[in-house]
Amino acid sequence: MRKMLLAALSRVLQGPAAAARPVSRVVVASRNYADFTSEATFDIKKCDLHRLEEGPPVTAVLTREEGLHYYRTMQTIRRMELKSDQLYKQKIIRGFCHLYDGQEACCVGLEAAIKPTDHLITAYRAHGYAYTRGTSVREILAELTGRKGGCAKGKGGSMHMYAQNFYGGNGIVGAQVPLGAGIALACKYFGKDEICLTLYGDGAANQGQIFETYNMAALWKLPCIFICENNRYGMGTSVERAAASTDYYKRGDYIPGIRVDGMDILCVREATKFAAEHCRSGKGPMLMELQTYRYHGHSMSDPGISYRTREEIQEVRSKSDPITLLKDRMVNNSLSSVEELKEIDVEVRKEIEEAAQFATTDPEPPLEELGNHIYKNEPPFEVRGPSQWIKYKSVG
Amino acid sequence: MTVRDALNQALDEELERDEKVFLLGEEVAQYDGAYKISRGLWKKYGDKRIIDTPISEMGFTGIAVGAAMAGLRPICEFMTFNFSMQAIDQVINSAGKTLYMSAGMVPVPVVFRGPNGASAGVGAQHSQCFAAWYGHCPGLKVVSPWSSEDAKGLLKASVRDDNPVVMLENELMYGVPFEMSEEAQSKDFLVPIGKAKIERQGTHVTLVSHSRSVGHCLEAAAVLVKEGVECEVVNLRTIRPMDVESIEASVVKTNHLITVEGGWPQFGVGAEICARIMEGPAFNYLDAPAVRLTGADVPMPYAKVLEENCLPQVKDIIFAVKKTLNI
Repeated sequence: MRKMLLAALSRVLQGPAAAARPVSRVVVASRNYADFTSEATFDIKKCDLHRLEEGPPVTAVLTREEGLHYYRTMQTIRRMELKSDQLYKQKIIRGFCHLYDGQEACCVGLEAAIKPTDHLITAYRAHGYAYTRGTSVREILAELTGRKGGCAKGKGGSMHMYAQNFYGGNGIVGAQVPLGAGIALACKYFGKDEICLTLYGDGAANQGQIFETYNMAALWKLPCIFICENNRYGMGTSVERAAASTDYYKRGDYIPGIRVDGMDILCVREATKFAAEHCRSGKGPMLMELQTYRYHGHSMSDPGISYRTREEIQEVRSKSDPITLLKDRMVNNSLSSVEELKEIDVEVRKEIEEAAQFATTDPEPPLEELGNHIYKNEPPFEVRGPSQWIKYKSVG
Repeated sequence: MTVRDALNQALDEELERDEKVFLLGEEVAQYDGAYKISRGLWKKYGDKRIIDTPISEMGFTGIAVGAAMAGLRPICEFMTFNFSMQAIDQVINSAGKTLYMSAGMVPVPVVFRGPNGASAGVGAQHSQCFAAWYGHCPGLKVVSPWSSEDAKGLLKASVRDDNPVVMLENELMYGVPFEMSEEAQSKDFLVPIGKAKIERQGTHVTLVSHSRSVGHCLEAAAVLVKEGVECEVVNLRTIRPMDVESIEASVVKTNHLITVEGGWPQFGVGAEICARIMEGPAFNYLDAPAVRLTGADVPMPYAKVLEENCLPQVKDIIFAVKKTLNI
C-alpha cells in the first residue's frame, strides 16, 4: 500500500518522464525522510533480578538514527563472520576461529550503552567486539588471514585482537575476568569515571578465578560489570551438564545481578545503561547474564550439531534472530523501510567483499617481524631462531 | 644495610616517585609484609597504594596484570614464588605474551616479586626455585638479586621497566647486611637489567651463580685462594635476558666454568649456560667440560641434615673447582 502511494506521489512530483523508470528505482528516488518517524518506544522484556529492588526500564526509546546504526553494525558483524566462515573453509584462515553470528545484539547493545572511554575485555569469540570497539573489518579479516595489514600485524590471529580501551581477545578461558577487574581497579584509581565491561561465557562461569575476582571486586567496590554471555553451550557441553546452578546472574552471590534477553538489542542496551550507572555511582560491581545464541559451532572445527539439534538452531533463527527482531521493529513502526534496510545490506556486503579482497591479497608479515615486540622501550637486541645461527633482530 | 631494608627503601622511593606505582599482595599492608619487606609503607601511603589481598593468587595476579594493561604500574607480591604456580597462567600468558600478540599495542609494566627457592626447614612445597620456569619464557624479564645493592637497584629498575619483570628474591638473604656504596644510596640508583657483575676477579676458574649461591661462591673462593687458586665469581643478577657475553669473556680468561644454583638440575639455569657456552666462542677456550652445581634432584626434605645436603654447599664448590682444575 505504502509502495503504491509513494510511487504515485513520485510520478506526480517528477512528471511524465518518471513513468518509464522501474518501480524500485522510483521508490528510492522518491523516498522522503518525512515518511519515517524519528523515534518509537518499545516494550522490552523485564529482567530477572538478583539482590536488586529495581531493574532496568521495561520500555526503550529507539530513534531512527540509532536503529539504522545498530542495524548496520549488526549486519556488518553478521556478514563479516559469515565471510570468515567462507575463508576458513577455503583454508585461508587457519587455526582457531570462533564465530559470533547470532550474538550480535550483545556486542552492539553493550557498546550503545557505554562510552568509547570505557573499557571492555572479552574471551576468544571476539571479532564482534573488535569491530564495535573501533577496529575496521579490513583489519579484522586481514588479522584472521595472517597478513601484515591485520590489526595485530598478523601476529595475534583470531583470538588476539586489541584496540583502544579493548583488551582482546583472550585465549585462556576465564583468565580475562581478573584482568577486567584489574582494568576496573585502574579506572577507580585514576578517578576518571570510567568502567570496565568484563565478559565471559557460560563455560567460563565455572572457573575458580572468576569467583576470586567477584570477591575482590565486591570488597574493593571496583567499577566492573561482569557479563556472562550465556549461549547455552560451553563448546559441546550444555549448561545443564556443566553447572549445578545455571542462574548465571546469581552466581556472583553478594553481587547484584540481572538476567537479560541477549537477542534483543534494546534489552541489552537498557540493562547495560542500568548496570553502568550502578558502577559509576561507586556502588561496586554488577553482574549481567545475557541469554544469547550462537549459530555456528564452538569453533570452525565444530559442526555444532552433535550436541544440539538442527531444529533448535532453526527455531532460534526464525523466532529470535537479533537482526530480524530489530528490522521488524523498525519497519513496523515507520523507523525505516524494507528497501532502506536492503540498501544497507548491499552497502555492507560491498564493504565486506572489499575487506576480504584486501585480506586475501595483502602480503604476510615480513620475516623480520618475527623477533619484534618482545619488550617495550628496549634498545634493539637479538632473538634466537630455531638454531644458534638463525638470529632475528628485536625492535620495538 | 640489609637486603630487607634495601628492598623497603626501593619500594618507598618508587612509590614516591610515581603515582601510578602501587603494591598488592597478601599481608603487604597492615601486617607490614609477611617478611616485613613493606614495613611502614601502608602507614605512609594508605589503602589506595598498598593493598592487602585475600588468598587468591590467580585472581589478584590477573588483577595486577589488568591494572598494568590499563596504565598503572603494579608491584604484585607473592608471599613465596611457590604460590605463583597457582597464578602462573596470568604471569606467562597474560603478562608475558600480550605485547607480542598485540604487535606492540598493549604493554604490561608489572613487577612480580617475592622470595624464591629454598628457605630453612619449610619442606618440599615451599622450597622450589622458579628461575628456570620463568627464565624459559620470552616476553618476561627475570632478575635474581644477591646483595643489598642488587636488591635495591634491580627492584627500582624493574619498577621503571615497561615490561613484566619477575624478581626472585631469597628469604634467607633478607636479613643479611651489606655495605652500600655512595652511589647505591642515591634515589636514582639503578642496576641495569640484563647485565652480570663480576663480584671477584680471578684467573683460574669462572664460578657463575645467582642469588644466595653467589655468597657460597665467594666463600669458596676465599678458601681456595689460600691454595693459590683464584676464582672469578660472576653474579648473574639477571636470568633473562642472560648476560652470556660476560660469562664468555670470563671463560675465555680462565678456561674453566662452573655454574652454581639452588634450583633443580634438569633444564635449569646451569644447563642453559653450558649449552650457550658450547655454541659460542668460549667453547674453544675450555680446558675441561663445564660443570653444574645445583639443588639435588629431589623434592626438598625437612630434616636439617637432609636439607643441607640438597643444596650446593661451599665444600661442594671447592670440590668441583679442584676436580675441574685437576688438583
